[in-house]
Amino acid sequence: MRDAFVRALLEEMERDSRVVLITGDLGFGVLRPVRERFPDRLINAGIAEQSMVGLAAGLAMTGRKVAVYSIGNFPTLRPLEQIRNDCAYHGLDVKIVCVGGGFVYGSLGMSHHATEDMAVMRAIPGITCFTPGDPAETEAVVPVMFDTPGTCYLRLGRGNEPHVHQERVENWTFPEAIRVREGKDIALLTAGGILIEAWRASCLLEEHGKNAAVWSFPCLKPIDENRIRQLAEEYTDLITVEEHTIEGGFGSAVCEIVAECGSGCRVHRMGLKDCFASKVGTQAYLRHWYGMDAEGIETRAEQILQGK
Amino acid sequence: MESSLSSYESRVHSAFGGIRPDVSDPKVLAWLIRRNGLEMTHLSRGSHIGSIFSAAEIIAVLYTSVLRVDPENPAWPERDRMILSKGHAGSAVYSALAERGFFPVEELKTHYQDGSRLSGHVSHRGVPGVEVSTGSLGHGLAIGAGLALGAKMDGASWRTFVVLGDGECDEGEVWESALQAAQFGLDRLTAVVDYNHMQSLDFVDRTLRLEPFEAKWRDFGWNAMSCDGHDTEALKDAFAWARKNEGSGKPSVILAHTVKGKGVSFMENNILWHYRTPQGEEYEAALKELEAQRP
Repeated sequence: MRDAFVRALLEEMERDSRVVLITGDLGFGVLRPVRERFPDRLINAGIAEQSMVGLAAGLAMTGRKVAVYSIGNFPTLRPLEQIRNDCAYHGLDVKIVCVGGGFVYGSLGMSHHATEDMAVMRAIPGITCFTPGDPAETEAVVPVMFDTPGTCYLRLGRGNEPHVHQERVENWTFPEAIRVREGKDIALLTAGGILIEAWRASCLLEEHGKNAAVWSFPCLKPIDENRIRQLAEEYTDLITVEEHTIEGGFGSAVCEIVAECGSGCRVHRMGLKDCFASKVGTQAYLRHWYGMDAEGIETRAEQILQGK
Repeated sequence: MESSLSSYESRVHSAFGGIRPDVSDPKVLAWLIRRNGLEMTHLSRGSHIGSIFSAAEIIAVLYTSVLRVDPENPAWPERDRMILSKGHAGSAVYSALAERGFFPVEELKTHYQDGSRLSGHVSHRGVPGVEVSTGSLGHGLAIGAGLALGAKMDGASWRTFVVLGDGECDEGEVWESALQAAQFGLDRLTAVVDYNHMQSLDFVDRTLRLEPFEAKWRDFGWNAMSCDGHDTEALKDAFAWARKNEGSGKPSVILAHTVKGKGVSFMENNILWHYRTPQGEEYEAALKELEAQRP
C-alpha cells in the first residue's frame, strides 16, 4: 500500500501543482521518486510532528493541498491537537498519511502499533477517513482523497502486501464499500489491511462448505451507511474485523448504523479488546496471537454459524 | 447617524468627548484596546485582562503601522497575515479589528456571550480579519511558518506576523517551529513575544526560566532584538528592523518587554489579574485610571 500510495501521489503531483508532501523525516527509500521528480514540493519537517502539522496547515492556507507523511502513531496521536484545531477546524486541505496501520511495525514494540488511530481520527469533526484494504484500493482512493475538500486521514498498511484485488479497482465511488466476495451464510466486513485475512478466512470457510461474503470499507468516515443497512437486512450475523481496538473504531461505526436500523442483525466485532500488544512479534504473529488472522476469523465464523 | 448614548460604542468612545477617535494613531488604538478590553471582560465576566493590557501597544502598532490589510476586503490575497498565537488575548485583536473597521465596534459587547461569534480565545469563524483560531498555546508559530513558506514558494510579497506569549514559549512546538523557520530561511516571518514576564501561576523566572531569551532565539538561527513593548515608537522601529532583515535568510523575533496589566496600577504585575474580571469598585477604579491616560 505504501508503494501504491507513492505511485498515486506522483500522479497527483503531476496533475496538480498545488500538491506538496511534508515528511516527518521518514520514507528514505520510498519517497525517493518524489524527491527526484518534485524536489521543490517535498519538505522534510524533521522529527517534529506537532509543528509539521501546523506547518502543513499554514501551507494549506496558501492554497496548497498538503500531504503529511509519517508512520504509526507519529502523524496522528502525536500531533492530534494540531490536526483538530489547526487543520480540521479551519477546514484545510491537509491529508494525513499514516504508513503502518495496525501491527505493521509489530516487532518494534507498542509505540509503533497504530491500533487506536481510526477511533481517534473519526471522532474529529470534518475529517474524512480512508482505510483502503490493499494496494489496488489504495490507488483508487488516493485521487479521491485529493479531490475531497478539507482534512483527510489515509491509513495505509505496509509495502509489498499481497493483492486481494487481482485487477485495478476501477470507478470506485466515494464512500462505497467494495464487495470482494459474495456469500450467503455470513458477511465479513473489514477496514484496512486486515482485508487479506478476511479474504483468506472466506477461502477456508469455503473449504468447509460455508459461504462468507467479504466487504472492504475503503472509507471509514463517512461510512457507507446504505450498504451497512442492506447487509443488516440480508444477514443475521455480521463480523467486523479490524487491526485496531474494537472500542470506537470500524466495528463500532458499523454497530452505530446497525443499532439504528432495527433489523435484529447481530454484529460480532473482532479486533483488540482494550489492550496494548506487549507481545513481541511480526504482523503475522500478532494477528494470529490476537485471533484476527484467517484462522481466527474462520473459527469465529464457524462458532457463530454453529450457534444458529 | 448619531449613536444612542446607551450604545456600547458611545460608552467606550465617550472619553473622546464626541470626537471620533483617530484609530490610525497607535497610541489611540492602544488606549481603545485597553478601554474595550476593560469593558468586554467586565460585561462578560471574562478573564485575561492582564494579557490584553500587556499586548495593547503590540497589537495597536501592528494594525496601524505595520500590517497591510484592508477592512473593506479582509480576504485580499496580498494582505499580510497576522496570527495571535496567545489566543487568550483575543479581545485585543477583536478590538483592533472592530476599531479599524473590519466589523462594527458595537459587536464587541457580544464577546463571550451566548450565541456570539467572538469567543474568549480568538476565532476566525465568521470574524473578518482573523486568520487563525488559537487558544491552545504553542500552535501559532508553526502555522505562521507554513504561511511564510507558502509565500516564499509563491514569490509573494506579503509578510507573516505571529504574536506569542512568553509563558507560551514553554511549549515545545514553539521551538520545533523556531528550528523549522530558520531551516527554511523564512526571513519574511516576524515573531513578537509579548514578554510580560508573568505566566498563569507565577513569574516566568520562577516557572520555566526563558533567559537568556534573546540568545536562545539567536542560537536557533533567528535575528533577535528587544524593545519596550509599550513604546509605540520603539515598536515601530523594531518592525522596521525586522523588515530590514529580509534578505538575511533568517526569521526575526522581537522580544517586546511589557508589563502584565499595564495601564491600571492595581493590575500591573499582579498575577491575580490573569484571571480576575473587573467588577464593581475595581471596574470603576480601572476606568478612572484609563480615562486619565487617554491620548
